[in-house]
Amino acid sequence: MDRRRFLKNTSAALASLGAASAPWRSAIAQAGPIKIGVLAPLTGVVASGGKEMVEGVQFYLGQVNNEMAGRKVEFSIEDDASNPDTALQKARRLVEQGNCHMLIGNLLANTGLAVANYVKGTGTPYFIPIIAADDLTQRQRIKNVIRIAGYSASAFTHPLGDWALKQGYRKIATVSQDYTFGHEQCGGLAQVFTEGGGEIVQQFWHPLNTADFSPYLGQLADLKVDAIFAMETGADATRFIQQYAGFGLKAKTPLLAAMNGTDQSVIRTLGDDCEGVVSPAHFAEGSDNPVTQKFVGEYETKYGKIPSLYGFSMYSGMMWIDAALKKMDGKAEDREALIDTVLKTELDGSPLGKSVKLDAYGNPIYDVYIRKVVKRADGKFWNVPTTSYAGVSQFWKYDPETYMKQPPYSRTFQGIKKA
Amino acid sequence: MMSARFSHLARAASMSGGGASIAALIVAVAAALPLVLSTYQVGLATEVLIFGILAMSIDILGGFAGRTSLGHGAIFGVSTYVVIYASVQVGLPPAAAFALGVLAATLIAAIFALLAVRTSGVYFLLLTIALGMIVWGICLRWTQVTGGENGIRGDVRPMVLLAHSRFYWAVLAAAAAVTYAMWRFVRSPFGLTLRGIRDSESRMRSLGYNVPLHLFIGFTASGFFAGVAGALYAMFNNFVSPSTVGLAQSVEGVLMMVAGGVGTLFGSFVGAAAIIALENVVSTYTERWQMVLGLTFILIMIFAPEGIIGKLRAISAPKA
Repeated sequence: MDRRRFLKNTSAALASLGAASAPWRSAIAQAGPIKIGVLAPLTGVVASGGKEMVEGVQFYLGQVNNEMAGRKVEFSIEDDASNPDTALQKARRLVEQGNCHMLIGNLLANTGLAVANYVKGTGTPYFIPIIAADDLTQRQRIKNVIRIAGYSASAFTHPLGDWALKQGYRKIATVSQDYTFGHEQCGGLAQVFTEGGGEIVQQFWHPLNTADFSPYLGQLADLKVDAIFAMETGADATRFIQQYAGFGLKAKTPLLAAMNGTDQSVIRTLGDDCEGVVSPAHFAEGSDNPVTQKFVGEYETKYGKIPSLYGFSMYSGMMWIDAALKKMDGKAEDREALIDTVLKTELDGSPLGKSVKLDAYGNPIYDVYIRKVVKRADGKFWNVPTTSYAGVSQFWKYDPETYMKQPPYSRTFQGIKKA
Repeated sequence: MMSARFSHLARAASMSGGGASIAALIVAVAAALPLVLSTYQVGLATEVLIFGILAMSIDILGGFAGRTSLGHGAIFGVSTYVVIYASVQVGLPPAAAFALGVLAATLIAAIFALLAVRTSGVYFLLLTIALGMIVWGICLRWTQVTGGENGIRGDVRPMVLLAHSRFYWAVLAAAAAVTYAMWRFVRSPFGLTLRGIRDSESRMRSLGYNVPLHLFIGFTASGFFAGVAGALYAMFNNFVSPSTVGLAQSVEGVLMMVAGGVGTLFGSFVGAAAIIALENVVSTYTERWQMVLGLTFILIMIFAPEGIIGKLRAISAPKA
């Protein structure tokens, strides 16, 4: 419904623009709008996240009146159905039939990897504010795939490992969904934590969509560890946090989570169970930074909820594209130049309230917050920063070349230093 | 008596002049498509051919042996996995990877067949679903080889076929050859035996036919053809993940066969074209395209249970 109305409005706006602007239009070198293809899972297992992705895009375009660098923006949304084959086909349609100048989006790593492999052949700029698969900006980097406003999975758990050591934790157990995103986040934590003298006592891997965590929680309770790290997304995160509290573990062992575990999309529906969970991230909706607060306030007014990672990332991603296009007079047709400009663009105005730049591999360097879930005055929960690590690279403090020589994190390789 | 039977079979197996010229015409029209379609549409047409082959391979069992398999997506996907793994991880040339993929699919089909041929009806359906789910589970969990949820990627397509239209022609040539092979297969004495088994298994058994053996060979051959489709799909997509071997893939193949017309063989292409076109056209208008697809199937089942081609045949057949 939203999308249809949007398409209608856009085409009406475009038609009127075409009529009204005809006299001066010839003065601009390019004809027609900038075409951006948005891929988001509107159906399938992660559909709710996909809807917030689209909101983020629409929210930004609404603020700039559908205009970037003086040119109208026309965006087409395609549903990737949370399925890599569908994502691939929709990407083909956007590029080959829709003649989009660039693609942005996708949520699940497998959909992003499929599209990345496709654009490797076509050269279309492809921006991935949500896809976190490490290797897309590391060992298997593709030049036209750029993680603007996104993050690589292990980038934030490296500093979390350091933070855990500083809290005096010596023994940690991890529990995680058994897929690459989980392997990578746990690996980041495990490597830094064990190299600093900590011990990973045990790691649990469970399939996606686990309804009952009691087998894991029972074992976790017996381990006598200083903290437990959980890597959960979506409904699994909700259930895990609830059952963790239900088992009485919340009072005994501090719970550390991956940023997606305490994202608004999860804690929005939770009560006191989620209070006090610690997670590392670049974005904290409860930050007192005035720019962040302005964004959160406006988003909340418009959509009636605190923005999640999905809304925030897509919003910032669109802003990044806009900033780059402004530097190159809106010449979106020139792909090479667009890629180079985006890579060089330092983003100032993002809701983070600080400027962000990309490293040589197309991955952003952020100040990483260690956040804690806190109850707001109105009873809603949000993430408030407690400490921060400045300028964190996806390679942490390692040398990129050396780092990339070690295998990617997997169930069998967690970077754990042998004692 | 024997010679009479053979001459009858020979007549059935040889294409009549009219049929041959119609087939040639269809292939010629299909070959001209890239000249008028956009590159994206050529991509869709390629997909129609590939899934048409998959649906036909299911039709060999479903339409001619009376056993609908819901495990062919897995056989198809195994071939896709093997082709991509062999060329990306092992570094085999495309032709060798292709052959290996088809071989792997045939072997998997033979294993499926050993377990499934003694069943029929709903038991056959359930058994093939279960076998397909096992393959899917292995692809999902054997991360070191299959890449787990993320799948494996790489440029599998040979350089000469990189252009959309060239690849389309290559797939068309393969599809034409495979279709001819399947057509001969179902009209061979062996194919007639399969039909006999479909119509009355007990009678065929009492006539002295080795029913399980025939079904085993039929299933394995059908798996071989599904493997060809899977290998072509590997070169088309350059990517494979567990969704390619999933139950949804098998179901889609069966739906294409049913929509085109069970037992019509060529109907599979019509079914594949209808479903792929529908998916792509409807999804531009609404994100609820799967619902529209579902409704369409219900309508087909009510008004044309014999499928699109079956219905057309029934309409055009002279009234008795």
